[in-house]
Amino acid sequence: MPILTHLWIIPLLPLLGAAINGLLGAKWPNRTVSAVAVGSTGLSFLAALECVREFLLLRPEQIPWVQQYFTWITAGTFRAGFDLQVDQLTIVMLMVVTGVGWLIHIYSMGYMGHEGGYYRFFSYLNLFMFFMLILVLGANYVVLFVGWEGVGLASYLLIGFYFLKKSASDAGKKAFIVNRIGDFGFMLGMFLLYRTFGTLDFVPLFAKAAPLHADALGQVGVVTAACLLLFMGATGKSAQIPLYVWLPDAMEGPTPVSALIHAATMVTAGVYVVARSHVLFTHAPTAMLAVAVVGAATALFAATIGLVQTDIKKVLAYSTVSQLGYMFLACGVGAFSAGIFHLMTHAFFKALLFLAAGSVIHAMGGEQDMRRMGGLSGKIRWTYLTMLMGTLAIAGAPLFAGFFSKDAILFSAFQSETGGHILYAAGLFSALLTAFYMFRLIFLTFHGQPRFDEHHVHVHESPKSMLAPLAILAVLSITGGWMAAPAFWGGPDHFAAFLAPVFGAGGAEAGAEAAGPAAEAAAHSLELTMAGVAVFTALAGFLIAFWLYIRKPGTADRIANSVQGVYTTLLNKYYVDEIYAALIVGPLAWISDNVLWRSVDAAGIDGAVNGVAQGTTALGDRLRRVQSGNTRSYAVWVVIGAIVVILAIFWPLLKPAVGMVP
Amino acid sequence: MAGGHLLTILTFLPALGALGLLLLRGEDQEWIRRLALAVSVAEFGLSLLLIPAVPLGSAGYHLEEFRAWIASPPIHYHLGVDGISLFLVILTTFLTPISILASWKSIQHRVKEFFVMLLLLEVGVVGVFLSLDLFLFFLFWEVMLLPMYFLIGIWGHERRIYAAVKFVLYTMAGSILMLVGIVWLYTITGTFDLPAIQKMLQAGLVVLSPRAELLLFAAFFLAFAIKVPLFPLHTWLPDAHVEAPTAGSVILAGVLLKMGTYGMIRFCLPLFPDASRRAAPLVAALAIIGIIYGALVALVQPNLKKLVAYSSVSHLGFVVLGIFAFNTISMQGAVYQMLNHGISTGALFLLVGMLYDRRHTFEIAEYGGLATPMPRLAAFFLFAALSSLGLPLLNGFVGEYLILLGTYQRHWNWAVWAALGVILSACYLLWSYQRVFFGEVTHGKNRELPDASAREKWILAAMAVVILWMGIGSPMFTQRFAASCQNVLDQMQRNQAQEAAAPPAPGISNAPVAASVPGAPHISVERLGNR
Repeated sequence: MPILTHLWIIPLLPLLGAAINGLLGAKWPNRTVSAVAVGSTGLSFLAALECVREFLLLRPEQIPWVQQYFTWITAGTFRAGFDLQVDQLTIVMLMVVTGVGWLIHIYSMGYMGHEGGYYRFFSYLNLFMFFMLILVLGANYVVLFVGWEGVGLASYLLIGFYFLKKSASDAGKKAFIVNRIGDFGFMLGMFLLYRTFGTLDFVPLFAKAAPLHADALGQVGVVTAACLLLFMGATGKSAQIPLYVWLPDAMEGPTPVSALIHAATMVTAGVYVVARSHVLFTHAPTAMLAVAVVGAATALFAATIGLVQTDIKKVLAYSTVSQLGYMFLACGVGAFSAGIFHLMTHAFFKALLFLAAGSVIHAMGGEQDMRRMGGLSGKIRWTYLTMLMGTLAIAGAPLFAGFFSKDAILFSAFQSETGGHILYAAGLFSALLTAFYMFRLIFLTFHGQPRFDEHHVHVHESPKSMLAPLAILAVLSITGGWMAAPAFWGGPDHFAAFLAPVFGAGGAEAGAEAAGPAAEAAAHSLELTMAGVAVFTALAGFLIAFWLYIRKPGTADRIANSVQGVYTTLLNKYYVDEIYAALIVGPLAWISDNVLWRSVDAAGIDGAVNGVAQGTTALGDRLRRVQSGNTRSYAVWVVIGAIVVILAIFWPLLKPAVGMVP
Repeated sequence: MAGGHLLTILTFLPALGALGLLLLRGEDQEWIRRLALAVSVAEFGLSLLLIPAVPLGSAGYHLEEFRAWIASPPIHYHLGVDGISLFLVILTTFLTPISILASWKSIQHRVKEFFVMLLLLEVGVVGVFLSLDLFLFFLFWEVMLLPMYFLIGIWGHERRIYAAVKFVLYTMAGSILMLVGIVWLYTITGTFDLPAIQKMLQAGLVVLSPRAELLLFAAFFLAFAIKVPLFPLHTWLPDAHVEAPTAGSVILAGVLLKMGTYGMIRFCLPLFPDASRRAAPLVAALAIIGIIYGALVALVQPNLKKLVAYSSVSHLGFVVLGIFAFNTISMQGAVYQMLNHGISTGALFLLVGMLYDRRHTFEIAEYGGLATPMPRLAAFFLFAALSSLGLPLLNGFVGEYLILLGTYQRHWNWAVWAALGVILSACYLLWSYQRVFFGEVTHGKNRELPDASAREKWILAAMAVVILWMGIGSPMFTQRFAASCQNVLDQMQRNQAQEAAAPPAPGISNAPVAASVPGAPHISVERLGNR
């Protein structure tokens, strides 16, 4: 089984691409650079496909399949090996990362064709693929952390790709630092796990954790603390409250980057970590509740901001934050496979939406403000159609990918024992907002009258290399959820069944199945009812958008004017950035500068040091006068000296205990 | 060949080279540089011979040379190398040729004297790491001081005299205390020989009263703490760095600071274990303050070189914390971090020096947008910065991770505070990087600056290779000193066990808390890195 024993090939291929382009690509023509980059990623995708084929031939007891390569860090009893592992969860992630990643590489050839630094872009993009694959393949928390920090680096480099713009380099720096705050928690989580279980390798660690007694709700034992710390890392990487602030700014990066890193793959890493650590989380109900609440709150919170944004990419950014919230909500109520399911369908439709938005921006010559768009549907037909598919998918239109995954999450949330109805209500209301802001985006961009100068902007459809990935992703956005579709007609959920060896057959439906046919039927009819409710909610969102932007254009502005305060608050994203700046960043810089550096260091410590030096000089200056040349004063000094010497000699005899030196 | 005298040759070869330089005429600058480089490269090659001489899993001293030197008091010429000093010596011999190359163009004034000083400095540093006689150690400790004084005082920048005097006075204040300690220890034990003293203390032939032990500990510790430098004894460092020429900064940050932490491991812990334990909470507090304080002050520096200098205060705080957590994992992390810091901060100082060579300023505000005229230098700078902020797969991560992981096992609250440094290092490095390299070029002078020359590229490539190598292949290093680190902790442990005749104290074990894990505190070599 060649690839399964040589799993390292999958991440190494893009790393080679990154190194080759990074070191040599500067002088190469674009064609060579993209051949290297797209080729290496494509090969990696093929290797991943072969890996899946071989994986499906494994016997159940061979899973998880762990391969140890070399010892990376070791000290005392601690060992972190460069070990990779494959199980069903890895397979899903592997397919999403290499598949979507490859499509976005192809798209980027067209999108970045006219940009400077072409080789640099593809080098970074390949580097990202390497780290992301390490992240999903790692067999212990330390190797996972390599990918975790590494994708952060790639993200930093790509957000700041246009480094001449201050806003871009600011955004890159912010992304890295905010993620580091999360990583602080992640690292402490690892330390605590090692202290508790003596290993950070997934297989033995989870084997040791599984038989433990779960903490009670409200009790923060070791496992709960570790889970909360890991989740802190996840809030950074996956842009959840309170660390989501970097993601909207990350839109400074080129659009393919937003699609790949800040929508489809990297930002889902936090969800992946929670799902990967599900054995621990299921022992920590408090942590689970925290995950669910943060997820639901973020889903709702980000969706409200998305309502009023005018930058097409910003809408999608807040939408991503919101959808990630859904995934955490799923994990928090124990529906891990539903969370991963949504992770996958979201990767399809959100990558599609971003790439389509990129195609719009490309067509408009760089314009991103929807207020200066409109009426594009006829001019860029393919972009419009594919984007519409993505919108239908995210809004939860029946039979589209997002419909199945979102429904699974809402149903699980409803069934949850702690606060299920509130979580469900938040999720459902977010779904309404989602449908609204997505159709608002469609209407503002593609419908109505053009609001730009048609003599200056020559709207043109994108090249085939960009449209082909859009088409493929559009098909996936429609069909991507069908694995779970039979469940709607009372059949099996193939997706959940595939992941069942990882997550167990848990979840509400399995529970109902175990409870007998009657309960199963009841649960099923409940699920159908709720699906109906969700569809009507989405429809309502669509209709409101239709009313406000197509039937009665101008109404939206009047509403905005009538609730000026609310509108400005939303437009300014609840002023969270400003609050962070005023409460944390500003004071820290001020204290460091004025108190620590200028007062403590320069004036205080160094002042004392220099003071001693000056004192010594001054003393020397005084003592110099003792040597006056006056014989009589010398005689006095001689006498004083003699007395001191005599005292010194006889002192030990008087008090023998004083001397320290024998 | 050299066999029995390798350590002597290693110690004095640079002195011989310096003598050779003195024979050259001052005008033959090209030959002076070449000879200095040749000597330092030969020295580096020789030092690599130490690696096979220190077998895996062996804790003791190797290649020992023991010769009577002064009859009364009995001072011996006693050299030896173990896992801990091994890589510190190699770090020194690696950074010296790098520094010589870095000074190739920038030193045009009194060239001969400059390289003589650089080589004499190497004698002092290598001697410090190899000495096993306290008096000899002290001698080298002082020998190292003079060349550094001249390097800063003659070839430094505007306020060089102030900085040089401050450096010497600070260090002298500490070394005088250490001298008192050494003499006092001699009066108690009758010898200056480190292994002999160690044995006496362990065997209980000499028992120090708690008060005497604490005072002795303090005398040694203060000298080392100034050198590290530990907060609040650090204010000589920013001045010395800013004023020193590039080569001086590289050696100062790369190696000289490590003499302090090396001294703590070599002397404070094994000789005065109880005092070390008593002082540990205070030392750890100062180390943690240093980590956070150094990082915050670095954050607001308008001067790029000072920023890197303050970052050293922060990074060395990690090392001291790792040592005083008395845990195998953190101790190995500390030793590894000493090497890492030498490489990454050395690289940062080299890069800052290259910027200075072009613009003659360290002010961040004078730069901006440099990635456009000099993309290669920008790439190297980012690489060094990432190594310094502890990105996994680069060297800095391994050391910091082990220190924090090990410290957490015994004092989770220490590790939590220290881990804040991980966030802050990203802040000050990325922020300064942005201000220097990103954006449009704002100063006309910067528009035409040349990118890295061939010489600079070779220097930086060498540093980059080491950074990557140490980040990926850490067991190649850590396994060589694992046994020596464990030995230091065992020496502390045995002392305590003997006094109290108690079962293994909770103190030094590195075993995780869970009882289900076999808590063998010793290194099992066979299962590591044998693939």
